[in-house]
Amino acid sequence: MSPMTTGFWVKGHGQRSLSVSSAVLARTHVSYEVKDNVAVVRINDPTSKVNTLSRHMQAEMVEVMNEIWGNAAVKSAVLISRKPGCFIAGADINMIQACKTAEEVTSLSQEGQKIFDQVEKSPIPIVAAINGSCLGGGLEFAIACQYRIATKSKKTILGTPEVMLGLLPGAGGTQRLPKMVGLPAAFDMMLTGKNIRPDKAKKMGLVHQLVDPLGPGLKSPEERTIEYLEEVAVDFAKGLAGRKVTVEKKKGLVQKIQDFVMGLPPVRKQIYKTVHSKVMKQSKGLYPAPLKIIECIQTGIEKGNAAGYLTESQNFGKLAMTSESRALIGLYHGQVTCKKNHFGKPERDVKKLAVLGAGLMGAGIAQVTIDKGVATILKDTTEEGLARGHQQVYKGLNDKTKKKSLTTFERDGIMSLLSGQLDYRDFENADMVIEAVFEDLSIKHKVVKEVEAVIPPHCIFATNTSALPIKDIAAASKRPEKVIGMHYFSPVDKMQLLEIITTNKTSKDTTASAVAVGLKQGKVIIVVGDGPGFYTTRCLAPMLAEAVRALQEGVGPKKLDSLTTGFGFPVGAATLADEVGIDVAAHVAEDLGKAFGTRFGGGNVEVLKMMVQKGFKGRKSGKGCYVYGAKSKEKKVNSGAEDILKSFKLTAPPAVSADEDIQYRLVSRFVNEAVLCLQEGILPDPVQGDIGAVFGLGFPPCLGGPFRFVDSHGADKLVQKMKRFEEAYGNQFTPCQLLLDHAKDSSKRFHK
Amino acid sequence: MSAPSKKTLAKPGVKNIVLVDGVRTPFLQSGTTYADLMPHDLARAALQGLLNRTGLPKDAVDYIVYGTVIQEVKTSNVAREAALGAGFSDKTPAHTVTMACISSNQAMTTAVGLIAAGQCDAVVAGGVEFMSDVPIRHSRKMRKTMLSLNKAKTLGARLSLLGSIRLAHLSPELPAVAEFSTAETMGHSADRLAAAFGVSRLEQDEFALRSHTLAKKAQDGGMLSDVISFKVPGRDIVSKDNGIRPATMEQLAKLKPAFIKPHGTVTAANSSFLTDGASAVLIMSEEKALAMGYKPKAYLRDFVYVSQDPKDQLLLGPTYATPKVLEKSGLTLNDIDVFEFHEAFAGQIMANLKAMESDWFAQTYMGRKTKVGAPPMEKFNTWGGSLSLGHPFAATGCRLVTTVAHRLQKEGGQYGLVAACAAGGQGHAMVIEAYPQ
Repeated sequence: MSPMTTGFWVKGHGQRSLSVSSAVLARTHVSYEVKDNVAVVRINDPTSKVNTLSRHMQAEMVEVMNEIWGNAAVKSAVLISRKPGCFIAGADINMIQACKTAEEVTSLSQEGQKIFDQVEKSPIPIVAAINGSCLGGGLEFAIACQYRIATKSKKTILGTPEVMLGLLPGAGGTQRLPKMVGLPAAFDMMLTGKNIRPDKAKKMGLVHQLVDPLGPGLKSPEERTIEYLEEVAVDFAKGLAGRKVTVEKKKGLVQKIQDFVMGLPPVRKQIYKTVHSKVMKQSKGLYPAPLKIIECIQTGIEKGNAAGYLTESQNFGKLAMTSESRALIGLYHGQVTCKKNHFGKPERDVKKLAVLGAGLMGAGIAQVTIDKGVATILKDTTEEGLARGHQQVYKGLNDKTKKKSLTTFERDGIMSLLSGQLDYRDFENADMVIEAVFEDLSIKHKVVKEVEAVIPPHCIFATNTSALPIKDIAAASKRPEKVIGMHYFSPVDKMQLLEIITTNKTSKDTTASAVAVGLKQGKVIIVVGDGPGFYTTRCLAPMLAEAVRALQEGVGPKKLDSLTTGFGFPVGAATLADEVGIDVAAHVAEDLGKAFGTRFGGGNVEVLKMMVQKGFKGRKSGKGCYVYGAKSKEKKVNSGAEDILKSFKLTAPPAVSADEDIQYRLVSRFVNEAVLCLQEGILPDPVQGDIGAVFGLGFPPCLGGPFRFVDSHGADKLVQKMKRFEEAYGNQFTPCQLLLDHAKDSSKRFHK
Repeated sequence: MSAPSKKTLAKPGVKNIVLVDGVRTPFLQSGTTYADLMPHDLARAALQGLLNRTGLPKDAVDYIVYGTVIQEVKTSNVAREAALGAGFSDKTPAHTVTMACISSNQAMTTAVGLIAAGQCDAVVAGGVEFMSDVPIRHSRKMRKTMLSLNKAKTLGARLSLLGSIRLAHLSPELPAVAEFSTAETMGHSADRLAAAFGVSRLEQDEFALRSHTLAKKAQDGGMLSDVISFKVPGRDIVSKDNGIRPATMEQLAKLKPAFIKPHGTVTAANSSFLTDGASAVLIMSEEKALAMGYKPKAYLRDFVYVSQDPKDQLLLGPTYATPKVLEKSGLTLNDIDVFEFHEAFAGQIMANLKAMESDWFAQTYMGRKTKVGAPPMEKFNTWGGSLSLGHPFAATGCRLVTTVAHRLQKEGGQYGLVAACAAGGQGHAMVIEAYPQ
């Protein structure tokens, strides 16, 4: 029987019309050999570190599978990747982005659906042997196979992360997953996009067998582990073909009950409703993808396969055309860029780091450093401070052992890299010092001098300040070329962003070294120029000033929070002020106010100062805009803060005080300052501006960052709004020149 | 037999230290005839057996070092308890060492050290393991409550503590043959090791069968002369190991994997089994032995301890230790006439043999230029091994050394090599030289 008459594969994609023989010669991504009646199909994209389901990969896969299905001697097949850390990482995003219309994307989805449909209906059993990331389209491929075996490697993760790109699993995932893992687990996977580790995957029924990663043998552990996985998979494939292994496992009582309950339409209806309202509550309706995912799953289950697959492909097409998806994909690409060192390889590696100040920031920096195997000194001036910091690091790591992402021995090994001390012992061996002491220029100067007296000449001095200009700190240094700013965000072990600030004296090697350290710590890095508030703090300050004004005008903290979260900020403005610390906010507002004048005005700084005076320093002091520590879930507004606001009451101008106006007053000041930073050269490019705003300050991810927001919203419309606000309030809303340029010429865009 | 590259390994200025003799109790599967004893009872039997065998005056012993792995908490210094019970002078100090499966090797090398340093002339070393009874503890929560109970002063305080006991407090803690650092059981690690070196199930079963067949032959041929008879209180006299069971390949092939299921290769039949047993050796300076009229069995020469990654190289001790100790002695693998390696698992032995045969492994992981080479099978564990004779963890080391001495005597060889792996990713090897006959 020829492959054509078995009629299995859809013909490859239109663009490929090579004859079979030349295609065989040209095959670069997919190869196979037949071992004992088992076809072992190996995938390896030679052009990339990861395998993606590109057009090329798909076309070769179609050819190979057709050959296998046409070969009567082949009784079963194994699908495996030759890359050590990656099975298939997903569909090729560029392929989706290249599409101009929803219909084009829909047809891409339908082609994928057809391929996997044929895999699912394969006349011979196919075993997916998974080592490394098995995500998105990769997982959809795997779950279309008859059997799945995964290694327990730390690199092996399974998941459907499409939702994080504003998309959905568009190659049958929304239809197959609920049947495989049950409705609740399928919703959880597809709506959160979370990675699932092998042990969990086995429990969920996502994979059938687990294989242990191997240590050194006669080959490298990575190489041998893949071989071993293949050997085990081939055995199972033979077993499946000979009916010695069965796919269906016996269902336990719990599973049977769950299946029964899920079989009841009213129960399912209730689940859809609950999930829908949960999504609406969390996304504020700003993200279309989760809702479309629910729709696809619901359609498939309630109306059958044909309707389900159709809805999936159509929704996939629609989502790909949304501004939200473009924004999220933009962030994905930006993040990839910001995870590279663009300053070259530093002359020497930082093997010993010293952190000054064991406060929240200092301890956090120490934690993410030792976590990556770099010996770290944590120095404080008092024993209490040191003990607190040490405990913070320990707790951070210990929490990971509770989640089982770390063993207690790994934790202890990591902790052994930390040296807590009160003196400058061993600083002569430090390659980099990061100071995280109190934000006061004279203290910073004192620290620079003390440290420079003990460190070796090559040692870099980095300062973790959030607003003080680096050049002012460097003024006390004997070697300003070794001074750099490394602005971490709190909590350091959770926040991905690192803002690196260079002065005009900072050497390129110093920058390269700081970026290398940040990357090692797992950070997404933006490198910006020096100035008061650099980039991130400078964007946040005007927005917070506007928030204070809104509060003074009688918008309560809760209302303010709901307006900001309703715009897409993950944390409301009032809560954010509490998290940052009212004292820090007051400090920054005053400093930046002095530096930038009335543009940074709006709310009265005295409000913040008065709050600090009364001890309302935010979450850390138990009171800020809100009262903390109470057991009830509902946060209570701090009446003391309300009293202060009343005493500073302003009258809200009705023309600019509608809810939407308040939202745009906050956002436009943020965005205008960001654009001004680009105009002034503080920011090197819009990509880093977007990444910094989203990852450091929580700018709405669905908008993709301030620059993408200007592009998608329209600079002209934004300028119109700002002019209206300017009339009411003055120069805080004067659009900067670059923004005006973009408003004048709609062809000007920050992102291509 | 190849011509030895050196006549003797004696070094100027270094004392010659000799093995006078060695004995062991029969090694029994746990839960059989020894089931009602305590560890020091078994140790006592071995020590008394050594005294009987050598006719050693008790007060001639300067020191006793004894190994054990799973400690009976009541006799944490089991060396002292056993020595007292075996009738040694209460003036002879004794201490206990522990180093997993090489505990009695550690006891012997400690003895060697004491003699070499001129502090002692005659030392008894040995080891005991008793798997029929292991300490099973209350849970940590329960222990905490019970300890607080001791301190509670009033009835009310005691009652409230008792009232705080929940069902969860009552679940006991069982000791596991698992690494504390990785929580992986040794069998699981052995299975992964076998897979890493591509050792097949068939190879493992064949090696296990070889071990049992050779052990049976040795037992029947009366080679296992280190075994002493032991009248177990309340039971019969035991005079033979009871775990030697040559089966057929078909029977072995039927067994399901014991650790990695369903596709693993390590089974109950190709692993060493839980064993009760004790061993003891008499080690002396050559001068002292001769002065006391003994005819020593062998010289104990160079030895090494090694350690490596406890996760992925847990059981590769012999691979690391062998080339190191050979180099120290100035010997090559060809100079060795008798090999006695501890057989923890057939897969572990096969993996070690493959590692020793691999230039790539030697270069990549051991920092050596070339492989050391695998021992020829005709010289390797020819009287059986831990897989068949049994493996009471802390008693095995003395059995290996005594067996080398006996084999050298029987076969007329010059040099023997002992090597063993141990939990924690550690290992040991020792070169033994025949005493001129």
